[in-house]
Amino acid sequence: MRFATASDLAAALAGGRVSAVELTDAALAAAERARALGAFVHLSPERARADAAASDARRARGDARGPLDGVPVALKDLIVDEGEPCTCASRILENFVAPYAGTAAARLRAAGAVVIGRTNMDEFAMGSSNEHSVYGPARNPWDPERTPGGSSGGSAAAVAAGVVPIALGSDTGGSIRQPAALCGVVGLKPTYGRVSRYGLVAFASSLDQIGPFARTAADCALVLEAIAGHDPRDSTSLPEPAPRLRAALSGDVSGLVIGLPREFFAAGGPAPAVAERVREAIAELERAGAKTREVSLPHAPYAIATYYLIATAEASSNLARYDGVRFGRRAEAATLGEMYRRTRSQGFGPEVKRRILLGTYVLSAGYYDAYYRKAQKARTLLRRDFEAAFAGCDVIAGPTTPETAFRLGERTEDPLRMYLSDVYTVSANLAGIPGISLPCGFADGLPVGLQLLGRPLDEATLLRVADAYQRRTDWHTKTPDPARWESAA
Amino acid sequence: MSRHPHPRYEVVIGLEVHVHLKTESKLFSPAPVRYGDPPNHAVHPIDLGLPGVLPVLNARAVELGIRAGLATHCKVHTCSVFARKNYFYPDLPKGYQISQYEEPLATGGWIEIEGPDGEPLRIGLTRIHMEEDAGKSIHDAAVAGADDTHVDLNRAGVPLLEIVSEPDLRSPAEAAAYLRMLQRILRYVEVSDADMEKGQFRCDANVSLRPHGETRLGTRTELKNLNSFRFVEEALRAEIERQAALLDAGGRVQQCTLQYDPGRGTVRVMRVKENADDYRYFPDPDLIPLRIDEAEIERVRRALPELPEAKRARFQADYGLSAYDARLLAESRALADFFEAVTAALGGGAKAAKSAANWIQRDVLQALGARGIEIEASRLAPEALARLIQLVEEGRVTAANARPLVAELLEQGGDPEELVRARGLEAVSDTGALEAIADEVIAAHPEVAAQVRAGEDKGLNFLMGQIMKRTKGKASPAAARALLLRRLRGA
Repeated sequence: MRFATASDLAAALAGGRVSAVELTDAALAAAERARALGAFVHLSPERARADAAASDARRARGDARGPLDGVPVALKDLIVDEGEPCTCASRILENFVAPYAGTAAARLRAAGAVVIGRTNMDEFAMGSSNEHSVYGPARNPWDPERTPGGSSGGSAAAVAAGVVPIALGSDTGGSIRQPAALCGVVGLKPTYGRVSRYGLVAFASSLDQIGPFARTAADCALVLEAIAGHDPRDSTSLPEPAPRLRAALSGDVSGLVIGLPREFFAAGGPAPAVAERVREAIAELERAGAKTREVSLPHAPYAIATYYLIATAEASSNLARYDGVRFGRRAEAATLGEMYRRTRSQGFGPEVKRRILLGTYVLSAGYYDAYYRKAQKARTLLRRDFEAAFAGCDVIAGPTTPETAFRLGERTEDPLRMYLSDVYTVSANLAGIPGISLPCGFADGLPVGLQLLGRPLDEATLLRVADAYQRRTDWHTKTPDPARWESAA
Repeated sequence: MSRHPHPRYEVVIGLEVHVHLKTESKLFSPAPVRYGDPPNHAVHPIDLGLPGVLPVLNARAVELGIRAGLATHCKVHTCSVFARKNYFYPDLPKGYQISQYEEPLATGGWIEIEGPDGEPLRIGLTRIHMEEDAGKSIHDAAVAGADDTHVDLNRAGVPLLEIVSEPDLRSPAEAAAYLRMLQRILRYVEVSDADMEKGQFRCDANVSLRPHGETRLGTRTELKNLNSFRFVEEALRAEIERQAALLDAGGRVQQCTLQYDPGRGTVRVMRVKENADDYRYFPDPDLIPLRIDEAEIERVRRALPELPEAKRARFQADYGLSAYDARLLAESRALADFFEAVTAALGGGAKAAKSAANWIQRDVLQALGARGIEIEASRLAPEALARLIQLVEEGRVTAANARPLVAELLEQGGDPEELVRARGLEAVSDTGALEAIADEVIAAHPEVAAQVRAGEDKGLNFLMGQIMKRTKGKASPAAARALLLRRLRGA
């Protein structure tokens, strides 16, 4: 069953060929053997086994809840799950256990999914390599000397290594799609507001969105159906109910128009081998009946700058609550000011500090107009670029990342170069539109990701195209050799 | 009388008032708004600022905010924006307060107060915005120990309106009058209980001086947390004196925040402001802009009760009450309603209103005051007071005997007619019984009787008093007087 999809497991469970307890035990065992990957930061074997047994009991009574009932899953360590630790890979939240239920985790559990543990990430989702984690880096199953991407590196690695078929991550500027691309799995960032953020520890509130990692677009559809839909506890949650996505996976893309933004393929763009794989993938979709046309996103070159102004500004405020007063780590000191200083100096890692400093500066009196307000204007222009582009196409395609997975340590001393890993992904967050990355081949033995972007709330078309591609190709069935990390254990 | 209390300087005062809204739950969380709970019991994960929680705006608070805006003649905006005010403090759980900044709920209103000569003064309102309250830091050594501070978050997230006046006030007395009127209006429209002792109505004052005739504003100072009307006046007076002394000596006022010490009657500098505080305001990305359609604003406007000034004017016009009586009876909505119900039960009209006003002012308010309660908390039904007044007017009980019954009805409720009977207070007005007593009194005081017979009225009251004494006050004064005159003058 290893590397099986959730849909396969659902069929096996429904057919009585396997039990949820067996799947959970297998996932827990695989997680143990994959320790060297650093994908998990916490496992909950007892609760998971009890949940699996409950799932088997439901099924025996004829009360199975749907395709996810009994399927093992993992959650990124910033998705609040009542009664479980939630550290955001930060020292400042060491020992923090969530005392309330977050919506996405609660909905996934309500669908019967068995949560086996929590996955590694860049601290507070700030990073593109999973190296900024208090637990140490997560590693790429295709080459453990390389990054799995970030910030949801642990979730991507856990799915790529075949530990679980599904994991949730969060995507603020590419934190689902980029690691999905680098690890050769599918990662979906839904439309902003599609999945409730109640229980998603905030990095940048206007950009953050929870989404699934899976081996297939079809599995992403299963997960999104379970976790999406309006939530009255999130004021930015969209009113639309959870979409019916599986029915949309017809395999048919004939007549569909794929927009190719000239800015995503321009000189200085993706590495040649990456561009090559992406072009091949687009050609495959053309053979399936899709048409292509060039589109333009004239403000895309400003996306990275815009993103790092808005995201850091929001983060500087969102992270103010980690002050040592009510929860998390507190450094003792004689005065209040000193307590704050020590708590936050010791509790946050360097990348988080860098972004808090940058964001505080961006919002300061005298700089607000020049930076924050201007960035909001640029964001509006970028959103209009997408509206204009989607007037002439159904989806936009391009590379997810400029390059394949880089070596651990290669960019930690060069934050700006690290930030550029997100050059193709941040636009979707700024515009609030859905995006998906799916495996489309290899360059030098490392996975390459094809990114598709869709109209707001049109995850259905995005998933239909991705599913059609996967029906015609077998990249998503390629798996890394477990010996690469299990022998290293 | 001049509006200006100082001979050399014009005083310029603007007030910022924070008012707790009368809601069941907090501004952004479902936790209850309750006073007197044990610390940190009226809280929800949202109020604690736990990782991953999000605010959801309380629709009731918005309605109350609209009501306050309309009651103070503000323009209520169809779109306003919540912003984060960022600063660190232990009783501020998120490290920011959700407030409104560039786009507040309402702007540009006014309220009317009475000037020094009784003329109406219109005081401008700059803006009204909504925000959440912070928690409380408890430094009390008895609670927290000498070195520690404890934090109680029950108050964190309680909905507030911040109401900012224009610098239109010219004296401490005007400031106090403004606050009283604002409090009255907010209570009238049931936006807030506005109880200063419970911290539901808190005032900061900005004050500056300038030579008479100068148009530019002087440097202002800010007086913080003035928690009674008396302290507002005292603190402003102290600060005006302090600033005037500085200016008289050729000095300059430094911009600062001050605290009033009621024990010493002086102000103390808390903090000198070198630069404007930088709160790094920005629109809260967790909340969408607050959109209120015109129809909703109109709905709230139509449902607004009559405001104090309008009610006072109507009481004068419709019932012929004096300005003084009208103002007193319009003080609270409940009292005004009580007055109108008594008047109606007495058959309406100016005469009924005058009786109702007299009884309420003289007897009801006194009895309430003695018990420290408001009319809402009494058991005196307006119909009962009206009945008691009627009994007096019909001569069935004397006013002197009826008046103490007001307090009794206030505490226990009940039917005044039964009470009069049960107490044996029915007036003695049947002539047979009174005649015998009158004859006794005349016989006992022949000299006085002779004076009255000779046409002097002075003794008449004495003889009446004697009749009252012998009837234990139950004699109808009118009947007793008539009887004495008949007996002594044959009238």
